[in-house]
Amino acid sequence: MSEASVVPAPPSRPNVLFEYLLRCGDDRLVLGHRLSEWCGHGPILEEDIALANISLDLLGHSTMFLRLAGEVEGKGRDEDALAYFREAVEFRNCQMVELPVGDFGFTMTRQFLFDAYDIVLLDALSSSTHAELAAIATKALKEARYHIRHSGEWMLKLGDGTEESHRRTQRALDELWRFTPELFTADAIDMELHAAGVAPDLPALRPAWESIVRDVADRATLTIPHAAPRAASTRDGRSGAHTEALGHMLAEMQIVARSHPGASW
Amino acid sequence: MVTPIAARDDVLRILDGVMDPEVPVLSVRELGIVRDVIVDDAGAVTVVVTPTYSGCPAIRVIEEDIVAALTNGGIPNARIRTTYAPAWTSDWIPAEAREKLRAAGIAPPESAESGALVQLVRERAAVECPWCGSRDTEVRSEFGSTACKSLCVCRACLQPFELFKSI
Repeated sequence: MSEASVVPAPPSRPNVLFEYLLRCGDDRLVLGHRLSEWCGHGPILEEDIALANISLDLLGHSTMFLRLAGEVEGKGRDEDALAYFREAVEFRNCQMVELPVGDFGFTMTRQFLFDAYDIVLLDALSSSTHAELAAIATKALKEARYHIRHSGEWMLKLGDGTEESHRRTQRALDELWRFTPELFTADAIDMELHAAGVAPDLPALRPAWESIVRDVADRATLTIPHAAPRAASTRDGRSGAHTEALGHMLAEMQIVARSHPGASW
Repeated sequence: MVTPIAARDDVLRILDGVMDPEVPVLSVRELGIVRDVIVDDAGAVTVVVTPTYSGCPAIRVIEEDIVAALTNGGIPNARIRTTYAPAWTSDWIPAEAREKLRAAGIAPPESAESGALVQLVRERAAVECPWCGSRDTEVRSEFGSTACKSLCVCRACLQPFELFKSI
């Protein structure tokens, strides 16, 4: 019996870049799918088209991140395998994006909070030392600029609109605010990749994000909740802890691929 | 039998005839989707493409159209390679192609914006109506029938028209 067989194998080192790319890909996959739920239900035709377009852009960004994730993982999984054949606990999206669409005010407020995060993150990632990641971010940023212009304009219209639209948008902001710390909480993966110049210093992005959000909220006559947001727990979306909503969404999103694995059309 | 090695120029000429499925007045070269053509010593042809929009559903069709056109042109087995850098920009569309867009009722893209990350109220000159030339127009929605176009309407001739987005 060889010496080596009695020594327990060291735990395999987690592939931090793979994990990070899943976070990026899953945020956009899940939010893109949520937006697609509006297709055919938008308040006006132009908005229906706009939401579907933004959904498509986000799915495109997700595809780029997840394809690279699959390559980095090196186990033969492509973007479709990662999107359709993982369980909820394997998803690494933040919890904010998985919440049900709610009313139009909720959808747009969530979109605005994410779009502001998206542009500050993509702007930082576009100077990543990882060339492919930087290329993806640079490309996605161009499209994300259109997204925030759209959601930002809606925040102004809804917040500074009718009593009813103001009430609903303020309610959405109040409900969503506690999900925002997760966006800027760095764990060991973020810190390791930041040290390597691959990913930005996540907490340092929050001031830029908050100034965009506060500027628009002020002009929209909305009030940023005073209560200090709860500290993000260690059990957050980035580690696979999700709200009940994600499982239901994935069931719908994944059923065709799982019922007919390998089908092509 | 030895397959003759295709000249790069032959490949490019064939690609001039491959039109974008969603903007069929422009070829994939005019749109800047084709970034490079590589013919190696063994004659293997690789076409390097970049998507206009990352979620553009037409990109698969475009790749198939490129391979089919080359096959029909006597250049089988061409490979497609996708690149994201440099990121596609509407600034790559040349002047003649912009006139083709206008003739098709699509206002050509303005110069791609830079500067502030967030511009809520977009500073822009009014778009010129491709039908009547008036600048009394409005952008009805930044998002249109395809990922690359916005919806506009002309107040002078009352016609709706599309604007090629600038990114």
